[in-house]
Amino acid sequence: MSDVIVDCIGVNTHFGAHHVLKNINLTVRPGETVGLVGESGSGKTTLGRAILGIGPISSGRIVFEGQDIGGVAPRDRKGRAASIQAVFQDPYTSLNPSMTIEDILIEPIVARGQAAKADAAAQVHKLLDQVALPKDAAQRYPREFSGGQRQRIAIARALALSPHLIVCDEPVSALDLSTQARVLDLFVEIQERTGVAYLFVSHDLSVVRHISHRVAVMRGGEIVEFGECDQVTADPQHDYTKRLLLAAPVADPVRQAERRAALRALSRGA
Amino acid sequence: MSAASTTPAPASAPGRESIVRSVLTNPLGLVAALLLLLVIVAAVFAPLIAPFAADDLQIFKINAPPGDGYLLGGDGSGRDIFSRLVYGTQNTLVGALIALSVAAAIGVTAGLFAGYFGGRREVVMSWVADGLMALPALIVLLAFYQSLGSSIHVSMIIFGVMLSPGFYRLTRNLVNGVKHELYVDAARVSGLSDMRIIARHILLVIRAPVIIQVSIVAGISIVIQAGLEFLGLGDPAVPTWGGMLQDAFANMFVVPTAILWPGLAISVTVASFVLLANAIRDRLQQGDRVATAPKIPAPAPHPVGTAPNDAAVLLDVRELVVGYPTKSGWTEVVKGVSLQLRRGEVLGLVGESGSGKTQTAFAILGLLSTGGRILSGSIWFDGRDIANLPESEMQKLRGKRIAYVPQEPMSNLDPAFRIGFQLTEPMVTVLGISKAEAKARALKLLARVGMPDPVRTYNAYPHQISGGMAQRVLIARAISCKPDLLIADEPTTALDVTVQAEVLELMRDLQAEMNMSVVLVTHNFGVVADICHRVSVMRDGRVVETSAVQSLFADPQHDYTKLLLAAVLDDVTPRVYRPVQAKEVSA
Repeated sequence: MSDVIVDCIGVNTHFGAHHVLKNINLTVRPGETVGLVGESGSGKTTLGRAILGIGPISSGRIVFEGQDIGGVAPRDRKGRAASIQAVFQDPYTSLNPSMTIEDILIEPIVARGQAAKADAAAQVHKLLDQVALPKDAAQRYPREFSGGQRQRIAIARALALSPHLIVCDEPVSALDLSTQARVLDLFVEIQERTGVAYLFVSHDLSVVRHISHRVAVMRGGEIVEFGECDQVTADPQHDYTKRLLLAAPVADPVRQAERRAALRALSRGA
Repeated sequence: MSAASTTPAPASAPGRESIVRSVLTNPLGLVAALLLLLVIVAAVFAPLIAPFAADDLQIFKINAPPGDGYLLGGDGSGRDIFSRLVYGTQNTLVGALIALSVAAAIGVTAGLFAGYFGGRREVVMSWVADGLMALPALIVLLAFYQSLGSSIHVSMIIFGVMLSPGFYRLTRNLVNGVKHELYVDAARVSGLSDMRIIARHILLVIRAPVIIQVSIVAGISIVIQAGLEFLGLGDPAVPTWGGMLQDAFANMFVVPTAILWPGLAISVTVASFVLLANAIRDRLQQGDRVATAPKIPAPAPHPVGTAPNDAAVLLDVRELVVGYPTKSGWTEVVKGVSLQLRRGEVLGLVGESGSGKTQTAFAILGLLSTGGRILSGSIWFDGRDIANLPESEMQKLRGKRIAYVPQEPMSNLDPAFRIGFQLTEPMVTVLGISKAEAKARALKLLARVGMPDPVRTYNAYPHQISGGMAQRVLIARAISCKPDLLIADEPTTALDVTVQAEVLELMRDLQAEMNMSVVLVTHNFGVVADICHRVSVMRDGRVVETSAVQSLFADPQHDYTKLLLAAVLDDVTPRVYRPVQAKEVSA
């Protein structure tokens, strides 16, 4: 029990006639990052939303610290399961434009009844400090911050309940290259300090490789490969993983030419 | 990355309270607000303002002309028109307030629930709303007058119900627009109940259009209320503008001017409500942008140098400066960019958002967003300076000699037309060939860009093909007139990585086959390494470094280039998992 924090067992989801999650089995260990990589329509976001309780499942179980939370809405979750948090892709729409940063950060605390509004406000500075934002950010509005800063605010909100698990849905995809690297470092630093586990959903294999301990590759609603990060990203077994790996261009013209040839050979063979 | 995100940010973002201020700085908004304030003051302080009581009558002043104590004369019963007008304000506003409150309370509440929860509830509520809208309001009001009697307040409650579908529809549509925003998802993950999400997140965000609707409906209620009273459906004992209108109408041949005063009061009040609504709407639509270019002259663009001597140079951009008008003057987004592109060469324009790379590309295409200008510099294309060329001249170049591949393939295809039409139309206009010939060429092009079934794609509508296919179609359209220069703005950013590899492959093949010159705007160094011959790195409107692709990656010169390349995540050692003890977990 204690070596697994989330255990998805045979999870299926249907949207009408579409079978979007097909018998998903996935585990996340405490303090671990599991990267969930796939292309659009692969079901990776649907799986993340199912674990968060804001997306449906048709069958199967999602066990979090011994408690089945599959299909339970966030507001009905009890105990530690209530602290599962999310960081979403677009830092421009994930923060309500008409609320101050302080109101945004204390919302989870007040919603869970953990503290009154005044007491919760005292924690705001600590949260801002954790994501390296200045104290005076509290009274400002989201529009006054850049994309990278907004994503730090979203991370601070996710940390407000001291969660054991954060589901990150493409949290750096909308950011510039240099900002992306800094935000990823922040994720790693927070994990090493607090021991939070991440389910890290991304289409970008290089991002996933940077942050993950284990990687699951999704395609068409199925996990086609799941294993240690090093093994999946350096020596993939499944043909689709191989293609995904070779398709991402690398920032080196010589190696990229080799990879291109390898990809061409692979597609011809397939 | 897109054109919108790189247009200059406003100097200072307006705060919440500045909506009020900017409505009041709008002359119409200010006049309307002042008039409404006057009307409200008259209503509240009626007993202090009116010289006589509302039903104070003096027999000898029936239909009296203005003067002698009666400021605006006497009415048909010998009462002071001015005093009745002031008291009438009170009753008119109370009536309008009743209708408005009922309409807004029912309509907004129902709209919030229908929009947020959707499903069967929305269907039922929409049926009810449609049914109410189909009823003729005046006839319903007359029927209720028959059964419920002469209270104008009851009539206004019923009228409020009749008006509620307007609020319902507006609110429901607004809620449908915001309920899928990520901050609503974040609130749900935080454990907020639906009621609190509606109150905290949704109502707060949609309030502005609802306020505009309130102002307009207030005007409508006053008109209808006056109309009812004019028809005699009001209480004759209560002074109202509509009732006064009726009285003045009865005596129109005796005192033609008496009808003017209540008429004026109604018109001015209603017009003020509508103008105020317009002022708020203008402010919201305008957003943070400058509506009209500021009155600062754009400096006359001065060309730099003469045409390049080397015929192998297709494009020579020199000290290009692009600006956008803001309240404080011209903001430069491209600050003196120089680029050279030889025939058959692929030049990568790489940088982060706001670096000016897209604006540089759009300046070459002559497609800057509204207000944007080339302030100085020159763009030599095939021996001719095309900077600030008249649009008619530019049109002859665009499509034929300079082609464009956009970032979002789907939004660049018109959903209303078949793909075949969108491919053949430019060929017919630009090349002047017949439709049949254009079709033959289009089918050949579709096959060339890798469509498995060209005829089927030719007859398809854009929504019937995938994003990757749409980008292939746009590439086919771009090369259909055999351009010398192709400008591609993040052509693979919106695509999946395996599709991106295929599209890059296609672009590389076509470029070599047609010996095209390509300017490729991208933020992805992998794409640069894959397809470009030379690279210009941009930062803050300037080119910091231009070099051949091999030397850029092997030996970057500028600190900024080094910083960007260091941020690339290609070669990282995977992290090692250390099991965490349970007690360590709690933060």
